[in-house]
Amino acid sequence: MTVTATIRIQEADFDVAQEIATLSKGRTDVGAVVSFSGICRGSEQGEPIAALTLEHYPGMAEAEITRHADEALARWPLQGLTIIHRFGRIAPGENIVLVVTASAHRRAAFEAAEFLMDYLKTNAPFWKREESARGTNWIEARDHDDAAAARWTKS
Amino acid sequence: MKLKYFAWVRERVGKAEETVEPPAEVRTVADLIGWLTARDDAYAYAFEKPTVIRAAIDHAHVKQDAAIIGAREIAFFPPMTGG
Repeated sequence: MTVTATIRIQEADFDVAQEIATLSKGRTDVGAVVSFSGICRGSEQGEPIAALTLEHYPGMAEAEITRHADEALARWPLQGLTIIHRFGRIAPGENIVLVVTASAHRRAAFEAAEFLMDYLKTNAPFWKREESARGTNWIEARDHDDAAAARWTKS
Repeated sequence: MKLKYFAWVRERVGKAEETVEPPAEVRTVADLIGWLTARDDAYAYAFEKPTVIRAAIDHAHVKQDAAIIGAREIAFFPPMTGG
């Protein structure tokens, strides 16, 4: 059976429990579901923030996430895959991103979810801007995120 | 070709997109950055550290030595901070 990833780039919030249930409901071949939720923190570098605003590149965001979803489906035996990434203004405590992987066994589900998040961080065309008492600032990319993505590249 | 700018590159350039027709000697992404930088101070400010700037041609990441011939849409943006 060919597995197709569900990929959504949206401004609206999503229901994590519902997305997890959708991947395993009515199936007996799924033995493991792993989900990662990225949530807006209330502070950045120790300073309280009012909100994040995520800018994205429409068209490329979908294309880039689809490329990595296809790579994950080729590398791990997944039975289901859902990736949702929000854009727009997001308040502390709200969801930003969701990756759900379903597989017969846990290792593939864990590894594929981690691979996808490492690549989303460094390759998906989204940019976070923080709002705080000091004004608005673009959040800088972190070297350790690049290192996390690089470890999945086979030499 | 259409150019698109995102995040602080967009803010510094002062526009989200534009259509340009660079001369034939502008062959690579790096050439294009140089050509834009020479246009005015806004581009010079946006591209003041060219090694920081990331680029995409027709929705795919490229390195700055990539050829731009045949490109429909080229985007410039800072390192990504999604996820």
